[in-house]
Amino acid sequence: MDYFDRFAVPHPSPAIYASMVAIGLTVIAIFAGLTYFKKWGYLWREWLTTVDHKRIGIMYLISALLMLFRGGADAIMMRAQLAAPENTLLDAQHYNEIFTTHGIVMIIFMAMPFIMAFMNFVVPLQIGARDVAFPRLNALSFWLFFMGAMLLNISFVVGGSPDAGWTSYFPLASNEFSESVGTNYYMFALQISGLGTLMTGINMITTILKMRAPGMTLMKMPMFTWSSLVANIIIVFAFPVLTVALLMGTMDRLFATNFFTTANGGMDMLWANFFWVWGHPEVYILILPAFGIYSEIISTFSRRNLYGYKSMVGSMVIISLLSFLVWTHHFFTMGQGALTNSIFSITTMAIAVPTGVKIFNWLFTLWKGKIVITTPMLYSLLFIPIFTIGGVTGVMLGMSAADYQYHNTMFLVAHFHMVIIPGVVFGMLAGLHYYWPKMFGFKLNDKIGKVEAWVISMSTLLAFMPMFFSGLDGQARRMYTYSESTGFGIYNMISMVGAVGLAIGFCLIVYNVYYSTRYASRDVGSDPWNARTLEWATHSPVPEYNFAMTPQVNSLEPFWDAKKRGHELFTGYYEKIHMPNNSGVPFILGCIFFAWGFSFIFGMWIPAIVTTIGIFACMAYRSFENDHGRYISVNEIQKTETSRGA
Amino acid sequence: MSELFPRKQVMGFVFSLILTIVALMVYFSDMSFSVGMTILLITAFIQAALQLVVFMHAGETGDRGSIYTNLYYAIFIALVTVFGTLLCMIWGYV
Ligand code: HEM
Ligand SMILES: [Cu+2]
Repeated sequence: MDYFDRFAVPHPSPAIYASMVAIGLTVIAIFAGLTYFKKWGYLWREWLTTVDHKRIGIMYLISALLMLFRGGADAIMMRAQLAAPENTLLDAQHYNEIFTTHGIVMIIFMAMPFIMAFMNFVVPLQIGARDVAFPRLNALSFWLFFMGAMLLNISFVVGGSPDAGWTSYFPLASNEFSESVGTNYYMFALQISGLGTLMTGINMITTILKMRAPGMTLMKMPMFTWSSLVANIIIVFAFPVLTVALLMGTMDRLFATNFFTTANGGMDMLWANFFWVWGHPEVYILILPAFGIYSEIISTFSRRNLYGYKSMVGSMVIISLLSFLVWTHHFFTMGQGALTNSIFSITTMAIAVPTGVKIFNWLFTLWKGKIVITTPMLYSLLFIPIFTIGGVTGVMLGMSAADYQYHNTMFLVAHFHMVIIPGVVFGMLAGLHYYWPKMFGFKLNDKIGKVEAWVISMSTLLAFMPMFFSGLDGQARRMYTYSESTGFGIYNMISMVGAVGLAIGFCLIVYNVYYSTRYASRDVGSDPWNARTLEWATHSPVPEYNFAMTPQVNSLEPFWDAKKRGHELFTGYYEKIHMPNNSGVPFILGCIFFAWGFSFIFGMWIPAIVTTIGIFACMAYRSFENDHGRYISVNEIQKTETSRGA
Repeated sequence: MSELFPRKQVMGFVFSLILTIVALMVYFSDMSFSVGMTILLITAFIQAALQLVVFMHAGETGDRGSIYTNLYYAIFIALVTVFGTLLCMIWGYV
């Protein structure tokens, strides 16, 4: 039995046993349901093997929403523990594990797939393409991300969760101080999903550069496509740093190398350095696509073109460059001298300038526009003021001398939640409501949607504003309890109320999906919002070939021109369409990667070798496979188009 | 006939062999660490540039512009990362 001891949770509690049972029951229920309703074939043919960018986008979306709830459960537990002084709901170890997984899940497995969902679904449609440049690679990206996420999510019932923070600083993350396999999970889960992200980066850049519809020059691309291009460029340059840092960390933990140790010439702080060389660009990878979605929504519902298109593009390009020049602001207090810190202070503050340019462009768009308030627009309008609070406090943190006061207090925690929640989360929720009709052919209910937006935004303020004050009063982050005499109790109690409000808000979204699926009108047409860009020029839901004919573009807003100025979007006649075949290999490769990661995490070398061979076998199979895709005949196109009322 | 002969490629091949031999010399001869590293760094970068331009045809397609922009951007970020790291971890560390 000794062999199996390693899979036991080192720090069990009733909650963990309950989760084990819950996970087991859910898995059984899913398998039983699939078998009972005879859906295995459907699942395999239509989803697991799909290479269609729209379906992959929807799978990203579902994963992101699931992970939002997983991360949200962690958040509620943390807030409950801190709500009162000297609370004993969680002990120190348990609290460490929860804030660690909360951070990883929210950034890597919620925010990232959320932006991937929209990039996948929207970008090819916006540029008038049939799919991404490498559809099968795209499927592989998804499955690598998904398997990475699953790997991290089983950690707390098999072997133990990571507990060294989402930043996983060494030497804390070394074997000496983190004895359980938790940090191995961290290394492999991030590595596997990071590889997927890197592939998406290459895929999306190629798609955007090479597959735009005729006439769409770079400066005629819609803003969301521009933001995705810039975000993916950052991905391609930033993620390799993470890959290498994770590899070095893994070597230290599994093979006793000395990259990040404190002895034998190792340099523990080098991890923090590499982590943030990736980590700061990462926050811009998240925020830029959200900015892109806001730009689309704000211009659609202001009923006018986006103010300052060129300066929007310019500011994003500048942000992409600057985002690589500021990483040291995450460890101003680690021992560099004043000169070094000042250099990075200045670059940090410089980033606020292009960000400010974007905020003003949105305001000017609104100013001259005829505003229509729908749910997506409401989220966007609420984003502007709340995000500004986060941005301004970011500039405060960016002053290195002052940061000695703020660093690692709740003030910092408040800052990044005030940028990430209104920035990324509101952006994605706005996108969810905005693109829902394109994805599923009906709108989400607008009344419930507005209640969601208000509940979520007000709860965000309630949950995170008090942290600015408790942080300035000296409450440190990542502490599992505090004494009554500190006076932090009241702030944390207010935060708890906000956290409950956020939970209610997210449940309202689920209710909205349920309600609208049952009652919403299916007759919304292909352009329910009176929008301006190409994705609205095809049917909802979108047919698998996207556009029956390739659209012709001659301006920034071809679809608007087609509606208002008589521009001919589609000219010519139907021709047969070449499509890629589905393939099971990406899914299978993903599963092998899961087993591969698992074997390494527990140091099981024989399965590790077998799965490594399996990975190479899959790649070799792909190299020798002869697959020329298939054609959709003119007849079939005609049938689909008439059935959709073209 | 002379158009058919891949002059550029053959010259490139010879040159890359020379670079390899020079790099190997560092191993076989007895020189100080810093001299050896300098030689390795210089030959490595020339070698990489040569491969990109001559054998990976960086400048020979319509994508010339994006390929070179990409390269310069990568070089810039690599330099910033390396020197920024040195600045934080060694030079500027007090
Ligand atoms: C106006 C631009 C911004 C500035 C000047 C800024 C500045 C800073 C600074 C100086 C820190 C480190 C503070 C410390 O550790 O003491 C920080 C932390 C952080 N920022 Fe920002 N920031 C900005 C925008 C953003 C955006 C847009 C995001 C995300 C979408 C973001 C996410 C984060 C995160 C996640 C952390 C903390 C991570 C951690 O230590 O766990 N920031 N920011
Ligand atoms: Cu940063």
